[in-house]
Amino acid sequence: MEINKLSIKKIHDALKKGEFSSVDLTKNILNKIEKENEKFGAFLNISSETALFSAKKIDEKISRGEDIGLISGIPVAIKDNILVEGEKCTAGSKILKDYIAPYDAFVVKKLKEAGAIIVGKTNMDEFAMGSSGENSAFFPTRNPNDLERVPGGSSSGSAVAVSANLSFYALGSDTGGSIRQPASFCGIVGLKPTYGAVSRYGVMAMASSLDQIGPLTKTVEDSKIVFNTIKGRDIMDSTSMDFKATDFKAKKEKIKIGIPKECFVEGIDSGVENMLKKVIEKVKNIGADIEEISLPNMKYAMPCYYIIMPSEVSANLSRFDGIKYGHSEVRKSGADIKNLLDVYLKSRQGGFGDEVKRRIMIGVYALSSGYYDAYYLRAQKARRLVREDFEKAFKKVDLIFTPTSPTTAFKIGEKTQDPLSMYLADIFTVSINLAGVPALSMPCGKIDGLPVGLQVIGPWFGEEKIFDFSEKLEKEIQYK
Amino acid sequence: MLTKKEVEHIAKLARLGLSDVEIEKFQGDLSSILDYISQLQDVDVEKIEPISNITGAQNVFRNDLAKKTNIESVRGIDTVKRILKEAPELQDGYIKVKAVF
Repeated sequence: MEINKLSIKKIHDALKKGEFSSVDLTKNILNKIEKENEKFGAFLNISSETALFSAKKIDEKISRGEDIGLISGIPVAIKDNILVEGEKCTAGSKILKDYIAPYDAFVVKKLKEAGAIIVGKTNMDEFAMGSSGENSAFFPTRNPNDLERVPGGSSSGSAVAVSANLSFYALGSDTGGSIRQPASFCGIVGLKPTYGAVSRYGVMAMASSLDQIGPLTKTVEDSKIVFNTIKGRDIMDSTSMDFKATDFKAKKEKIKIGIPKECFVEGIDSGVENMLKKVIEKVKNIGADIEEISLPNMKYAMPCYYIIMPSEVSANLSRFDGIKYGHSEVRKSGADIKNLLDVYLKSRQGGFGDEVKRRIMIGVYALSSGYYDAYYLRAQKARRLVREDFEKAFKKVDLIFTPTSPTTAFKIGEKTQDPLSMYLADIFTVSINLAGVPALSMPCGKIDGLPVGLQVIGPWFGEEKIFDFSEKLEKEIQYK
Repeated sequence: MLTKKEVEHIAKLARLGLSDVEIEKFQGDLSSILDYISQLQDVDVEKIEPISNITGAQNVFRNDLAKKTNIESVRGIDTVKRILKEAPELQDGYIKVKAVF
């Protein structure tokens, strides 16, 4: 039995029966990370000592005969833009190379309370800006299915940690596809919850109206378990809401799945298109109806996203100023700093990578005097249209299917010279964040050994609906 | 194509220092991105209200109370000290800032 491949429920049962201890499990994972991390580049920081300390505590609890929660004693990896108290937190950026998190993010607190064992912080595109993992300021992450290919991004390390069995599950963040697209490229399950379902407190803000935290897991069931652990209202994030479970009874109803006709138009790989068609046939086998729908404003989602997201980025990243924390020219002996402006200009120039600089500048431009109406305001109006498309669609159907990504994993270096071509990798995922609805990516097959992801989109706070149907579909597809 | 001067102006607003090589590179990069997002000029938004909060949440209030956060961590340093430790320059328990002029 390879224990590092087991699902959360199976490990939980084994821990309770005493088949192995949490310390055994944690040591197993830490050894594997030590041996294989160089190959994959999944972790930036490993916390063996605190992990083993926490595991020992869970084992003591079990030996005292106390009841433990589902995720108790099970190792987890955390994306490096989520704060874990006392641990380094870099967001994949040089500007935070030596930053130590002073407190726990809400989601981390929830995991710790539930007895999770945090084994380390995962690699990512700098400040979650990228679709390939190549924008990490430290080293790129590699796809376990083909080491010459990207794992997707920006939650690159989290996806690879789970896919390569270096962790049982992981947390990521998703602003325009950063959980779902790497989950798709690596052949695992990734959930972007409804906006507001999970608190963003203690997560480095990228685009606050779009960001959500979610789980990357091996199965749909695991995704559900982790989501239920981290969801809920938090006083420190005023956009977070108590999760309203939908009164959905899948056993009684016949599910209706909408397929947007706009998916099959431009830029989609023919293999991916065929795979989606095969999935549609299987869906019919498990008693669901398929209906063609239209999301007519989908074509505006990308340009809309690339105005709103950088605008919010430019405001959120102004906190990195070389004064309060992080990389600062002031620290350099003999640096030519005359005044406050020099501190800003030089610290930010030296600390940020190219993609971060590009997005800050696009955002500043879109918000600047004379351009605000033409860019930002217009985008906020177009965003309403994108949302209304989904409102209309969910009056007719229960769930919507699209591919997660128009292609399978591309080669490392293939898109780094052309930022715009990299942006287009997110064509099916960004509209979800604009609308605020939940969506899950699950593996649905492989093309030439590379995984293809199916995106299952639900209505606002319809996570239960997504889990319920995706679990059935997972059994039907039996992709392992 | 954005001019060199335009990129310099944007960079100044963004408080980003740029080298000459970077300015030239970003002239091209930013121009092609701006071309792409200008597609949005085609959408008819005349009668559309801009969206604010996507889930429809209204103003959310809480009491703004100061809390003591001297919780000892496993490493035995309190939160305030941990936050101050991250600053490049300190004086008498305050973060030191360079003069404006």
